[in-house]
Amino acid sequence: MRKFRYLKEVATLELDEERCIGCRRCLEVCPHGVFAMRDGRARIIDRDACIECGACARNCPVSTVRVDAGVGCANALIIEWLHEKGLFRNRSCC
Amino acid sequence: MPQVSSQLRFADHLGRWKVRWGIGRNSCMVPPGLYAIGSPGPEAPVVVTANYKVTYDLVRSSLGGRDIWLLVLETFGINVWCAAGKGSFGTGELVRRVRQTGLEKVLGHRTLLLPILGAPGVAAHEVAKETGFEVRYAALRVADLPEYLDNGMNTTPAMRELTFTLAERLALVPVEWVLSFKFALPATALLLTVGWWLNGFSAGLTGSIAFLGAIAAGTVAVTVLLPWLPGASFACKGMIAGLLWSGCWVLWAGENLSLPTLIGSVLALTTVSSFYALNFTGSTPFTSPSGVRKEMRTAFPAMASALIIAVVLWIGV
Repeated sequence: MRKFRYLKEVATLELDEERCIGCRRCLEVCPHGVFAMRDGRARIIDRDACIECGACARNCPVSTVRVDAGVGCANALIIEWLHEKGLFRNRSCC
Repeated sequence: MPQVSSQLRFADHLGRWKVRWGIGRNSCMVPPGLYAIGSPGPEAPVVVTANYKVTYDLVRSSLGGRDIWLLVLETFGINVWCAAGKGSFGTGELVRRVRQTGLEKVLGHRTLLLPILGAPGVAAHEVAKETGFEVRYAALRVADLPEYLDNGMNTTPAMRELTFTLAERLALVPVEWVLSFKFALPATALLLTVGWWLNGFSAGLTGSIAFLGAIAAGTVAVTVLLPWLPGASFACKGMIAGLLWSGCWVLWAGENLSLPTLIGSVLALTTVSSFYALNFTGSTPFTSPSGVRKEMRTAFPAMASALIIAVVLWIGV
């Protein structure tokens, strides 16, 4: 996805490189090439490409990746917000 | 064991065309479970997918001429990516489905092939712990599955990278457009009636065309022109598309209208297309929730202000 870039410096992705065991799972599941290996450990090379889908965090066997995962969908966020305010009951979305 | 064909029939193609136009989109599903494509033996690969019929059809038709097990998870007719985001294409359902189908008795190996876009819902290490099956994230697109299988189950970097090509975007246009009707059609009818009542039929008609054009700018134009509209923000892309449309509309219909009416109309039309463009974030594969929240915090107050100014300008004249 070199062609499309979304807003910069907003992604909540964090990686504790010290605790990484080098299993490469995060590289396998990331659809945007956010991670790379260096000296047998994963590191973040392109945080701004992160879409916070949460695949890396969910698949990290030692929980070294942290991200506020969710869907980048205005419609879903509006429904969630209305739901929190008690203005909307139906939570269904695409 | 249900045997399924890898050949799609006319009804399958028609069904896909219908959901692309938003017809029966929420009830397009197949029963979950284990299916056989060809005559798979204990060593045949197992491909895991969602029970959205369009996805299921794409997967089985891409595997023609092969002997494969297809494990379909219950995602309630939702595609892999969205279902993984919600957790229905997830660890719990995969573990449950593996157990329920008695997969370990059918197979001689312990490997499951999953779509990469299913990874947000599935924790591979937990599946291994619960079932003894190793999860391998095969490819991102169904179209790459045959090459992956022929390639000794190797994922190339290209199979792992998301794209959003013009063809992929064009496939989204009908459904974006049709879904906008839910609000657009009653709103257009209202505009037509109010405009007619206040200033005659042609005023109502001009206003309705302006409004429908702004929706088309925010849905169709933004989808097609996405990489060429400036800015990273979708609200901004929609604003530019809306300005272009309202500029055209002013040239076409603005002759007999006062300046405040025109400014109010441009503000309102731009707001409409900006809102629809912001809504399109959910259909793209490169937006993050933090980014969308940031956009919404800036865009919504701006949109509300623009609409209030528009109404003041309209009423004041």
